[in-house]
Amino acid sequence: MCLSIPSKVVKIDPELNIATVDTMGVQRTAGLDLMEEGSVKIGDYVLLHIGFIMNKIDEEDALESLRVYQEILEKLDEEERRVLVLEDDNCVNREAP
Amino acid sequence: MSSLELKDLYDGFRDPDVIKGYQKLIAAEAKKLDRNVNIMEVCGGHTHTIMKYGLTQLLPENINFIHGPGCPVCIMPKERVDHAYVLAMQPDVILLTLGDMIKVPGSHGSLQDARAKGADVRYVYSPMDALKIAEENSDKKIVFFAIGFETTTPMTAALLDVVIKRGINNIFFHINHVTVPEVMKELIDSRDEHVNSYDHRIDAFIGPSHVSVISGSKIYELFSIEYHIPVVVAGFEPVDVMEAIYMMMKQFNEGRSDLEIQYKRLVTPEGNLKAQALIEHYFEKVSLFKWRGMGNVPNSGLKLRDEFAAYDAEVLFENILPYDEIDDHKLCICGDILRGFAKPQECSVFGTACKPSSPLGSCMVSSEGACAAYYKYGNLI
Ligand code: SF4
Ligand code: SF4
Repeated sequence: MCLSIPSKVVKIDPELNIATVDTMGVQRTAGLDLMEEGSVKIGDYVLLHIGFIMNKIDEEDALESLRVYQEILEKLDEEERRVLVLEDDNCVNREAP
Repeated sequence: MSSLELKDLYDGFRDPDVIKGYQKLIAAEAKKLDRNVNIMEVCGGHTHTIMKYGLTQLLPENINFIHGPGCPVCIMPKERVDHAYVLAMQPDVILLTLGDMIKVPGSHGSLQDARAKGADVRYVYSPMDALKIAEENSDKKIVFFAIGFETTTPMTAALLDVVIKRGINNIFFHINHVTVPEVMKELIDSRDEHVNSYDHRIDAFIGPSHVSVISGSKIYELFSIEYHIPVVVAGFEPVDVMEAIYMMMKQFNEGRSDLEIQYKRLVTPEGNLKAQALIEHYFEKVSLFKWRGMGNVPNSGLKLRDEFAAYDAEVLFENILPYDEIDDHKLCICGDILRGFAKPQECSVFGTACKPSSPLGSCMVSSEGACAAYYKYGNLI
C-alpha cells in the first residue's frame, strides 16, 4: 500500500551519504545516492522509495499532504502507525503522494 | 494491520466535492464528443484507484478503461520466478527481494514455498539492506533478485555502485528491471493482428507518475508525436485520476494529442538526471524480455553491462539456471485483458479456478492486477 507520506530531513551524514528523515514521527535513514551532492538540506521535504530519497517536494505541497495524513494517522495506535510508515515507501510500483 | 481497512485510511483523504466537480466537467466534455474513447491506465496503482473508488461509475458511458500491464510483480514470468527459486534453493545462497515478489508462483512454487523448504529467502525494505546481510554472512552468496520499472532501477544501480566502491565480493544481482514505454509501444503495435476486433483500441494513456519522477515525462513523447495518442502523467489519488481524464477529454475535443503532466508537484519533463546517469552507467537493454501474460516485448528489459558481469548472478550461476520456455496457463486470457480486448469477467475461470488465493495468471497474482481488482471490488462495477 502506498500513501507516499512526505518525510522531513533532520540529519545528514555526508560520510555515509545517508540522511535521517522523520515521517510522521517515525525516524529512519535513507540513501542520498540518487540526489546531486549538496542538493538536499536539513529541513527539506523529500519523497522516499525503498530506502532512498528520490526527489524533493515543494514545501507547501508537503505541508498540505502532511495535514491530511495527520488526520488519518490520528486514528491509529503507535504500532499501526509504524507499520504503515514503513510499508509506505516499500511498494516497488509507485511512490508519489 | 489489525482491523483497519485501507478504505478507512483513504476516506478523509479524497475530497468528494472536487471529484464531483470533475465528474461534471468530464460529462460536459464527453457530450461534445460523438464517439467512445478507450483510456489505458498503464499502471496497477491507477487500476486500483479506479476500481476502489468506482470511478467508472462516475464517468459517462462513452469513456472506457483498459487496464494495462501495470505492476512489476505481476508481470514476472514463471521462467524468472523459477530462476529465483533455483537460486534460493542453493545451500550457500541468501536470496533477497522486494514487495509481493515472494508470493508469485513459478512452476515449482513461489519463493515463500522455497522458504518453507528451508531456503534462506529474505524480504528487504531497501536494496541497501543487502550490505548488512552480506557483512554478517561472509561465507554466503547474497543474491539480490532485482525487480521493478524505471522507478526502482536506480536503487539497484546505487547498491551496485556501493558494492564496487567498497570492494564487497559476495553480493550478486539477478536483474529483472523492465521499462514502461516499450511495453506501451507493444500494446499499440500489436493492434495490427487484431485490427477488426476493436477500433481505436487505445485512444489515450494515463502515464504513471512514479516512473516519471525518475525518467521525466519525456519518455512518453513518442506517443503524442508519432502515434498521436494523448498521454497525461498522473498521480494516484482519485482526484488526480479524475483531473487527468478531464485533461484528456479536452484534448480529444480540441483535436490535440499532447503529452501533459497532471502531477506537476513532482514530475518534470527531465526527471532525476543523477538517477538516470546511474542507470545508464550500469545497465543496457536486452533485446527481448518476456512479460507474464504479454509474451516477449522487444527492448523492454535491462541487464548489467558486460563489464559488470562479475556481479551478475545469471552469469555466475549459468550452469544451474533453467532456460526452457514455459507457456502461460491455457485458459488464462490476461494477454487479451492487457491488450484491451477482454474484461476479467469474460475469463471462464475468473473467480472460480482462478482467485487471489490461487492465481493462474498475472492479472490475479498481485493485489493490483486487473483480475484481482475486479475480484476484490467487483460489486462496484
Ligand atoms: S502489487 Fe501493489 S504494492 Fe505490490 S508492487 Fe505491485 S503495485 Fe506495489
Ligand atoms: S481470471 Fe485468472 S486465468 Fe482468467 S485472465 Fe484473470 S488471471 Fe488469467
